Amino acid sequence: MNGSTGTVSVPFELTNHRLLANLSGQLLKGEPMASDLPPPYTALTRHPMMPRTNHDEAARFNFLTHFNRYLSGTVGAGNKLAYEKRVLPAFRAEHGRDPEHRYEIRDGMNKDAWHRVWSALKRNSMEMRQHNGRQIVLRQLDELDAMAKQFNEHSGMLELDPSVEQPHYQTSVDIHCQPGGYHSEEREDDVTVGANYDVGLFATTGGALGGLNDGGGTAVVGWAKQERPDWEPKRILDIGCTVGHNAVPIAQAYPQAEVIAIDTAAASLRYGAARAAAMGVTNIKFVQASGEDLSRWDDGSFDWVQTTMFLHELSSKAMPRILAEANRVLAPGGLILHIEQPQYSDDMPLFEQFMRDWDAFNNNEPFWSAMHGQDLKQVMAEAGFPRESQFVAGVRAVVDPEIFPPSPDEGEEDFGRAAIWNAYGAWKPSEQAVAA
Amino acid sequence: MDWVALSGKRAKGKRPEYFEDPALDRLYSTVFAMAAEVSALRERQDTIERLLDENGVVKREDIERYEPTREAADERGLATRAYVARIMRGFQQEVEAMEASDPPIMDVVERLSRE
Repeated sequence: MNGSTGTVSVPFELTNHRLLANLSGQLLKGEPMASDLPPPYTALTRHPMMPRTNHDEAARFNFLTHFNRYLSGTVGAGNKLAYEKRVLPAFRAEHGRDPEHRYEIRDGMNKDAWHRVWSALKRNSMEMRQHNGRQIVLRQLDELDAMAKQFNEHSGMLELDPSVEQPHYQTSVDIHCQPGGYHSEEREDDVTVGANYDVGLFATTGGALGGLNDGGGTAVVGWAKQERPDWEPKRILDIGCTVGHNAVPIAQAYPQAEVIAIDTAAASLRYGAARAAAMGVTNIKFVQASGEDLSRWDDGSFDWVQTTMFLHELSSKAMPRILAEANRVLAPGGLILHIEQPQYSDDMPLFEQFMRDWDAFNNNEPFWSAMHGQDLKQVMAEAGFPRESQFVAGVRAVVDPEIFPPSPDEGEEDFGRAAIWNAYGAWKPSEQAVAA
Repeated sequence: MDWVALSGKRAKGKRPEYFEDPALDRLYSTVFAMAAEVSALRERQDTIERLLDENGVVKREDIERYEPTREAADERGLATRAYVARIMRGFQQEVEAMEASDPPIMDVVERLSRE
């Protein structure tokens, strides 16, 4: 990758190992981990807005961290065994051929006794994470709401617009089984859902996102700084920011830039703006707006438009609308970058596609399956980003290796959860290039 | 605000039924919530012991504020890993059994009675 608009295609298997090892030099330079044990919950950075945990609340998250790793590693291996020893032979006997789509594998696996047991364990683990997080947040909601209000009144970094409607793809189910989703309120102007997201993300990812749960944002920054060390974007738009975990590191890495972080959910933005202000970040603004309608911003308003683990939360009609709007507000020569888990392709084994699809059906991620099945390059081309301007790169969370072990990626990947992603991006052609 | 009642609110969206008997789905929820509680109790016990070792006396506030050092965190992490392995043995051994594909024990009994 030379910083121009060259297309770099990264075969899937490379993204998980060699290329990543290269890109994550910062991780590898650290001292080797004493062990591969996950860090304790108390290793998280307690910024002022972070809900306070007592001893046992932290200990419950510690249990879940270990439990999740056990489910994806030790007993997660049972899924492939069940498939190869029982489900696949039964499918072949019935149909006289191999499965041709991940849904055929899913139909078979959903009848398999082991996969049902494993799925029940994993679903319960997520529900426990939500319950523990909500107990922590709700018992101290008065303090959290008051603190958020104070930060937001003083910082001027929060701009809400009650006329923004909650899109159906955010309200049809509560995403990630988080009660209330990312938009609902327990009472007027509260921060419950944002605070609950922040306080429990550690347990879901086993600490792989770092002390501030911001590994997605640090991955983006690490990539951009390596790709174009001297680039100085002035205006950056982050679409679908929720609580700003991944937008804040960008604002911190580019202090001369102004970052606009938008989301439709006021309940998440209230917490996110207060969190950023509490961390002393001043060059970011949290604005309630839909990515489908960026009409308040003129053509070419931004040097960089970013989405991080957001496209899979949309719908098949919303995604192209958002990408077309992103293209319009992006200045010529600017960067669009999407961080996602790898798209399904013909190179990816169907069984792996099925495993990566688990969250779609068991963790309220209803667009996950369809989105990952699409050819994102084609979708981006239709939104106005020429194929020759596009690239795909592998990125991973950049975390403090002294405290946080790297995401397990050698045969123990927690499908769809590891802090290892593909970056799908494009440098928008300059006007001269378009004219030529 | 009744934070205890509110915290258990269900997420919108139909929950998959993993087992034929819904009672088993309910039972899993209870068993693993209790497993988490036992783990938290074990960790609390460890905290008390460490504080007693260090100070000879322990205040409740010290327990709530306790943050393990890196070394202590690794010891506790290893203990939690071993605990999870103990309560999950049945599941882990089922995975091993899938790999081994042992014949029914009666087949072995009959074979040994013959050979």
